[in-house]
Amino acid sequence: MSADELRAISPLIVLGAAALVALLGITIRRSHRFSALACVVGLALAMASLFLRGSAPPPGPLLVADDFAVVYTALVLTASFAVAVLASGYMARRQRPEELYVLLLVATLGAVVLVWSGHLVSLFLGLETLSVSLYSLIGYTRTGPRSVEASIKYLILAAASSAILLFGMALVYAELGTMVIIEMGPALAVASGRTLVVPGVALMVTGIGFKLALVPFHMWTPDVYEGAPAPVTALVATVSKGAVVALFVRLAWALGAAGQAALLVAFGIVAAASMLAGNLLALRQDNLKRLLAYSSIAHLGYVLTAILAGGPGAIEAVSIYVTAYFVTILAAFGVVTVLSGPDGDADRLEEYQGLVWRRPFVAMVLVLSLLSLAGIPLTAGFIAKFAVIFAGVRSGLWTLLAVLVISSAIGLYYYLRVVVVMFAAAPAASAVAPPVPQSSRVLLLCLALILVWLGVYPVPLQGIAWTAASSLARESPPVTTPLGPATARRP
Amino acid sequence: MILGWIVVLTLAGGALAWSGGRRASRWIALGTLALDLVLVGPLFLRRPATPAGRRWLAELVLPWMPRYGVGIHLAIDGLSLLLIVLTLVLGILAVVASWREITQRTGFFHFNLMAVLAGILGVFMALDLFLFYLFWELMLLPMALLIAIWGHERRTRAAIKFFLFTQAGGLVMLVSILGLAFVHHADTGVLTFDYPELVGTPMPAAVEMLLMLGFFLGFAVKLPAVPLHTWLPDAHTEAPTAGSVVLAGLLLKTGAYGLLRFALPIFPEASRAFAPVAMTLGTIGIVYGAVLAWAQTDLKRLVAYTSVSHLGFVLLGIYAAGTVAQEGAVVQMLAHGLSTGGLFILVGALQERLGTRSLDRMGGLWAMAPRMGVLGMMLALASLGLPAFGNFVGEILVLVGSYPRSPELTAVATAAMVLATAYSLRLVQRTFFGARAEPASVLQDLSARETAVLVAAALGLICLGLYPQPVLDTAEPALGALRTVFGQVARR
Repeated sequence: MSADELRAISPLIVLGAAALVALLGITIRRSHRFSALACVVGLALAMASLFLRGSAPPPGPLLVADDFAVVYTALVLTASFAVAVLASGYMARRQRPEELYVLLLVATLGAVVLVWSGHLVSLFLGLETLSVSLYSLIGYTRTGPRSVEASIKYLILAAASSAILLFGMALVYAELGTMVIIEMGPALAVASGRTLVVPGVALMVTGIGFKLALVPFHMWTPDVYEGAPAPVTALVATVSKGAVVALFVRLAWALGAAGQAALLVAFGIVAAASMLAGNLLALRQDNLKRLLAYSSIAHLGYVLTAILAGGPGAIEAVSIYVTAYFVTILAAFGVVTVLSGPDGDADRLEEYQGLVWRRPFVAMVLVLSLLSLAGIPLTAGFIAKFAVIFAGVRSGLWTLLAVLVISSAIGLYYYLRVVVVMFAAAPAASAVAPPVPQSSRVLLLCLALILVWLGVYPVPLQGIAWTAASSLARESPPVTTPLGPATARRP
Repeated sequence: MILGWIVVLTLAGGALAWSGGRRASRWIALGTLALDLVLVGPLFLRRPATPAGRRWLAELVLPWMPRYGVGIHLAIDGLSLLLIVLTLVLGILAVVASWREITQRTGFFHFNLMAVLAGILGVFMALDLFLFYLFWELMLLPMALLIAIWGHERRTRAAIKFFLFTQAGGLVMLVSILGLAFVHHADTGVLTFDYPELVGTPMPAAVEMLLMLGFFLGFAVKLPAVPLHTWLPDAHTEAPTAGSVVLAGLLLKTGAYGLLRFALPIFPEASRAFAPVAMTLGTIGIVYGAVLAWAQTDLKRLVAYTSVSHLGFVLLGIYAAGTVAQEGAVVQMLAHGLSTGGLFILVGALQERLGTRSLDRMGGLWAMAPRMGVLGMMLALASLGLPAFGNFVGEILVLVGSYPRSPELTAVATAAMVLATAYSLRLVQRTFFGARAEPASVLQDLSARETAVLVAAALGLICLGLYPQPVLDTAEPALGALRTVFGQVARR
């Protein structure tokens, strides 16, 4: 392996090294400060190396580092960085905080491998690295039965879904004779009439659908969101889902020819069901973490709608949506994190009553992120929803758009309900909330500013998302247009 | 450029009011709105110099998201100018009227009020459809918060209901806006959301009808046209006085403005085909609103239902689409803003003193509060459409203008004016005359501040009623320009 090739994969090396340093640090002397610092510095160095890695491609077919991968890697690293900062404040009030950072770094490494994967083997490797770290992270604080339940539930379901994914990959390989993702499209065009491809793809999508918590693979979400420590929930909602979305887009683009009517209809139904079920189930929640869990199901439904729209414009919409969602949900769980005392997370809705008057700063951040989730103008969420509807209208996905509009209107109700609760009069005897660590305060301020900035002036984000989308389109020219026609609707 | 400053100034004033103390926030809000009014004033002088070549009195064009064809494009003509002045005047009245009502979180109250007003001002100015939608949504949340925080007993429910109705209508409109932009793109290869370019986009009848219905739905919820009006009585009743004034006086007008500015000129053929339906909906609204207003015992609900009735006239006039009918609709919009705004302020004053809005617990108040009685009587008479008040001019012009289009509907609408007389007189009779329901209560008459506000509204109505010509002159060039496209189709 040449020096250039090593440089090309330097972000992965830095992440792995940082995990080792953090681990070795623990074996010498336990120090929360050192572990957190190793994690944060490691993530920052990985980010730096992402832009200093040179122009040489990574060696072999396993990894792809196109602009698309770079954008999603940057997102993943930023989100992990935010989670690390939040966790350092959160874990300061809890026992044994050090290993969390090692697991966080390993999970990030897995997510980056997933984003870079150009081959089914690296895909599986990345996914498993990510999942195994998440098993332990979800049950990390072990504060009660809820957290253990969440961990076990995630372990069993994730393991089962990995097995399904693996079987699907085997079927696809059996028919196409290749595991390199960009070679699968042309192979598929030649291998018309191979019966096992569709079930193979369907099984792979099942595995991916589990990670994304799309209906009907969404059952684990509310329990895991509720049981996991708040920073880890943020990690599950952003890094894990974002990386899998990136992979899904790459696969969908490469397998464009597999956009057969049956699969398209199936995806359409999954998207519609996710949007509706997520928003409907969230209506009755009195627990903010569960509410956000159901809302995440709906949001991934929106993302899937954009993916189904097809074409580079749709990929741009996906990237915009994922970015906006990252910022928004990190801000939301950031607030949950800083409000959580040592005896459990602040997740019951009544704990938020009158928060605007008690804790104006954190409350306003949460209000902003809820508005962004609801897609209200001047927040990132609005630009993201606009991009998705834009892609949908261009491809004429009228049924899905109708579902999107209806379910968004339903969604408004529960977001607004939380906002109204926060603006209600404060209860007479409210619990004394812990002070907000300075680092978390700065982080929340940054997230809120980005949230508004993206909503007011999204042009740079749109440009970056377009670069990412066109790099994907350039490096793996699809045999047909991906997942259906992307032509403008002609009257 | 001045247009941008007005919106920014209003928002900035709101932010400043938020940071200010209790007294300061009121003066800041008042001062900002007055300053806006001073800035707008000179635009009136440009009025006569509007030949066919120069349609806009003031314009601002800035790039925003060029790849999506989205820009910042603000411009006003006579129609927008009138509505902007109405917005600022009612804004000032609302601030003054809530001088004593709002004692909790005054700064945040004024921030929300100013944000709503900024959104409304933006709606009346925006010509880029994306920007228009942005302002359209911008005013919703602060309005919902005004209801939810400072409202009456069932405020949370009313706020959420208001928000859901209008937001859902808005989303449908957003899809239609995008559909329109793509149809235009397919025709010309240019992706744009700019209104002047989108007017006259040729499209097949079915597509045009579908897109027009999307716009109509968004606007009809706000207006409100009858089957979509159910949010209105709740929201108006539960809102604090300033909220009710802004809701009835201004928010409803954005729906009418949207129809006039966007729905009719962009989709002339479909609007033409749809006009009978819309006119019927308007007439149903006139009758239905009046009947329900007559049956209310909650004073605020009564006034709320009269809005449904009055805005029915506006809908009728807009879709009758003649010079006279549309001028009538504009006068009706202005007059309704002042008369209903005034009535809500009066009801607010009554509730502040009596602690009730129930007609059953009032009666015989004239003796204790003659000033309140006189002004209340005047506003009620204006509301029933008595000559010499602006509402009369608006309604009569609408009726005259819609007669050639549909004598039947006009007849029904005219007959419904009797119902307006019934509910207005009932309002006055049950509150100010008759036996005193609770003899023990002591009623303080209007303070100088409240009197000034109501006198201003009444004077405005009388001016509109006696000499509406300046208003018509201001509005007509704009309405004429909007009608050119539509009229060509009508004659075909």
